[in-house]
Amino acid sequence: MKACVVVFPGSNCDRDVIHSLSTRVKANVSALWYEEHKLPQDTDLVVLPGGFSYGDYLRCGAMAATAPILNAIKGYAEGGGLVLGICNGFQILTEARLLPGALLANKNLKFICRQCAVRAERTDTPFTSNLQTGQVLKMPIAHHEGLYFLPPNDLKQILANKQVVFRYCNNDGTIDDKSNPNGSVDNIAGVINKGGNVLGLMPHPERASEKILGSEDGGLIWDSIASWLKKGGRC
Amino acid sequence: MNYKAVGLREEEYQAIKELLGREPNESELRILGVMWSEHCSYKSTRPLLKMFNSEGKYVIQGPGENAGIVDIGDGWAAAFKVESHNHPSAVEPYQGAATGVGGIIRDILAVGAWPTACLDGLFFGKTPRNSTLSLMDGIVSGIGGYGNAVGVPTVGGKTFFDDSYEGNPLVNAMCVGIVSQEKIITSKTAKAGQLAVLIGSRTGRDGIAGAAFASAELAEDTKSSKPQVQIGDPFVEKLLIECCHELLREKLIASMQDMGAAGITSSASEIAAKSGTGIYIYADKVPTRDENMTPWEIALSESQERMLVIIEPENYERVEKCAQKWLLECAPIGEVTDDGRFKIINNGKTVVDLPAEMVGGGCPEIHWPSQKPAYLESIETERAYTLPQDAFRDICLSIISDPNVKDKSWIYEQYDHTVQINTVVGPGNPVSVIRVKENNKFLALTMDCAPWSCWLDPYNGGAESFLKAARPLWACGAEILGMTDCLNYPSPESPENYWILTETVRGLAQTAKDMDCPVVSGNVSLYNESPGKKILPSPLVGLVGLLETMEEFLPSGELEEGDVLFLVGPKKGFLAGSLFQRLLDKSIQGKPAQYTPTAEISFKERALRTAKDKCCSSVRVIGSGGLVTAIAKECVFAQKGASINLKSEHLVPEVLFGEGGPRAIYSVKPDKIAIFEHIWQDFGLLKIGTVQKEKTLEFLGLSSFSLLEITSCWRR
Amino acid sequence: MLYHIKVLVFLKDGVLDTQGKAVLGSLHRMNYTDLKDIRIGKYLQLWVEASDEDTARNRVKAMCSDLLVNNLIEDYTIEVDELS
Repeated sequence: MKACVVVFPGSNCDRDVIHSLSTRVKANVSALWYEEHKLPQDTDLVVLPGGFSYGDYLRCGAMAATAPILNAIKGYAEGGGLVLGICNGFQILTEARLLPGALLANKNLKFICRQCAVRAERTDTPFTSNLQTGQVLKMPIAHHEGLYFLPPNDLKQILANKQVVFRYCNNDGTIDDKSNPNGSVDNIAGVINKGGNVLGLMPHPERASEKILGSEDGGLIWDSIASWLKKGGRC
Repeated sequence: MNYKAVGLREEEYQAIKELLGREPNESELRILGVMWSEHCSYKSTRPLLKMFNSEGKYVIQGPGENAGIVDIGDGWAAAFKVESHNHPSAVEPYQGAATGVGGIIRDILAVGAWPTACLDGLFFGKTPRNSTLSLMDGIVSGIGGYGNAVGVPTVGGKTFFDDSYEGNPLVNAMCVGIVSQEKIITSKTAKAGQLAVLIGSRTGRDGIAGAAFASAELAEDTKSSKPQVQIGDPFVEKLLIECCHELLREKLIASMQDMGAAGITSSASEIAAKSGTGIYIYADKVPTRDENMTPWEIALSESQERMLVIIEPENYERVEKCAQKWLLECAPIGEVTDDGRFKIINNGKTVVDLPAEMVGGGCPEIHWPSQKPAYLESIETERAYTLPQDAFRDICLSIISDPNVKDKSWIYEQYDHTVQINTVVGPGNPVSVIRVKENNKFLALTMDCAPWSCWLDPYNGGAESFLKAARPLWACGAEILGMTDCLNYPSPESPENYWILTETVRGLAQTAKDMDCPVVSGNVSLYNESPGKKILPSPLVGLVGLLETMEEFLPSGELEEGDVLFLVGPKKGFLAGSLFQRLLDKSIQGKPAQYTPTAEISFKERALRTAKDKCCSSVRVIGSGGLVTAIAKECVFAQKGASINLKSEHLVPEVLFGEGGPRAIYSVKPDKIAIFEHIWQDFGLLKIGTVQKEKTLEFLGLSSFSLLEITSCWRR
Repeated sequence: MLYHIKVLVFLKDGVLDTQGKAVLGSLHRMNYTDLKDIRIGKYLQLWVEASDEDTARNRVKAMCSDLLVNNLIEDYTIEVDELS
């Protein structure tokens, strides 16, 4: 797998994603500066990492969404290329309108860092192809703006299109208010575009890809991408 | 201008005139007023700090630089330091705490290390008044707001509650960084002809004379002190870390200093003094944010997120390009010279001309009068405590739900503690553990303090402050590499305060030395008083230990069903200053734990062997709230029940709630009891119970609690 | 001409205003029970060089739609002052 991780001013999970991808699935990963206009040739996966691009000033992800590299990423996504946005990367993808919705301040107005459980709602995406439907993954969240919001009509639409890939849940997979850490609409933790090749999620798979870190469940997402690419899957 | 207006004492002013052979001009006086303040010069505590031993087999760099550095093997090193930001946090909690975090991270950056983990020591008032709650809220969000954005995980720390901190909270931020031993940067390596470059934010009027502010008691109306508080920008700090590390990788940095207290003046003069050179700063070349700043304002501004970098002049373009890449201001503001002078030149005119060594190092020491406080004579005797059986239950529940004991997740869940993917054991545990990716080893970190013991018995309280931080490290199997400390005290000008300060430092220094732990960095914060109130003596200790592998790590809170629970160490702890006494009497008296070096060394050796021999599932050193609290916490974390069966002679407050001294509970695997008993024989060893299937915590002959009851009481 | 333009950005109706809700709760606790609702927005000031007011206004509208405002969740109003 040839992956690149985009570095914006203020990104702070870029090195973590690079470490995780290169150790877990032996990916050939490079860092890509936000001012670039092109992606490296034969890129299999683009990751927008977590962090505080532009200090989260104005709105999280808003300024990063105007960076030159986003044009290249839009073109790449239109061609079916795989794009994954984690945390701040998810916020950037919604601001760039590559994904529906917006991420607002957590319901309790505080930053929340803790281990969370999310349920895989789809297994027919490149990012979840190795999972079982309903499988519960444990991954940490760490954000201040993670409340996923969509106007009611738009919500109906993404539900109809089955664009919800992950929902916050209890350890046994049930979904209720108690398991919703930030007040997200419908417990949504991750959504995919209609084409099924651009995924955004708030939990951090790269922080849950090694046993020593308390969970390896995030690694299943890297494994899914790797085996999907190996099979020559196309979106 | 009068010397008193800048906070100088008469003898200091005389010393200045003598050193200069003339009267200082106004700018020089303002600069020396700040640089010779307590905060920058350590004039009251320098004689005391000499008591600390800073040498040891792992020490690469002791005190005097931005951070202490210890060897962690394979050519790698850990740099660490703790620093206070007490006064700014009292005045403006969010920004005060945020800039405290920013400052300590830049200290670690300045030695060339990558900031890897933060810990925080927080001290708050205990009575939940609105003012205390909003201070707490502001300080916690400030620490999170800054550390989270910069991408340095806050992996641990310690929080204390006592009404002596009401109105004068303490914020002590510690940072640990990793650096290749070959790439350590020092302030000693500047050479004449090199360029001084300022990278980071523009310079404004923020925090002018903030260091002097930190050296006086807080005025009644803290609002009037507000303009001195600096505003932090974690986004710029993150860019600064990235930029400096890019410059380090390209080997463009000859020397470097962060700009903290006293801004350009302290960073530039320190480089010159340590390198044995001079330095000229051109005030008109400093990019400013405010208009019409005077040269002395520019020289003393404490605007955040700035670094002073010394480079070869021919490299300037490359440095500037890198700064631009990271959206940072960059300006050549001065030059290193060979005349030993610290000069500030504005539009061709020299406005400050001082010997570089005098700026930071010329201030004469102050030997404050010292006198043993009268109160110490009267509080030595302690009343006898009995334990009515029907009161046991209520006491247990009050202790478990006391802010000093109960769950702190409402604090640490506001901190990103998993970024950088090194956090193996995070906050909420007695020891935090981070992985070092560079050499596949692990650092075990603790922070602790024994303020109440320090008040009752300063020497032994100082010792206990060290031991409280050290024992959990030994118990988990880590070898201690070094210590940093933050000495938080009230005004040294009171002879009684000064005596307490001296005695606690003596106890702390002696214990660290006896336990073979070098003190490699630290910070002093005095004048922690508000009207009518002064803080308890609070020497906060931060320790860094090494674990070769996680195989050698013995965790806490991991009881296994069928394990046998043992108490090691003296059966009785001390009630003087304990949480038990504080809750019952609302005041403290008596003699707390007395430091016994041989017992501690013996505990250390046996604890390390216990971890190595893998005969236990879990360990918890007995701390705040005593044996009962330690058992309750083990049960809550493991979500396992336990049955505790003590002889009636042990059903006394000293055994159940006593604190201090080398005591711990071990959860021993049933087939390894012989090994365990062998290790601890002749030390003090008592079988106290078993881990059981039923989700209850029973104290036979006293009371029984459901696990749910204890858990919700602790979490509430 | 230099125009001083004030942009008020606020959350659309129906978008949960967590900050507003928290402040409402606090004020209610302080016995301001006559307060029925509060919504918190942003106030931006821009200084724009343009030939006339309409041009200035249109430039700022473009900035709003390109970056300053997320029209999925936010609305805004513009007020223009002539400076010189």
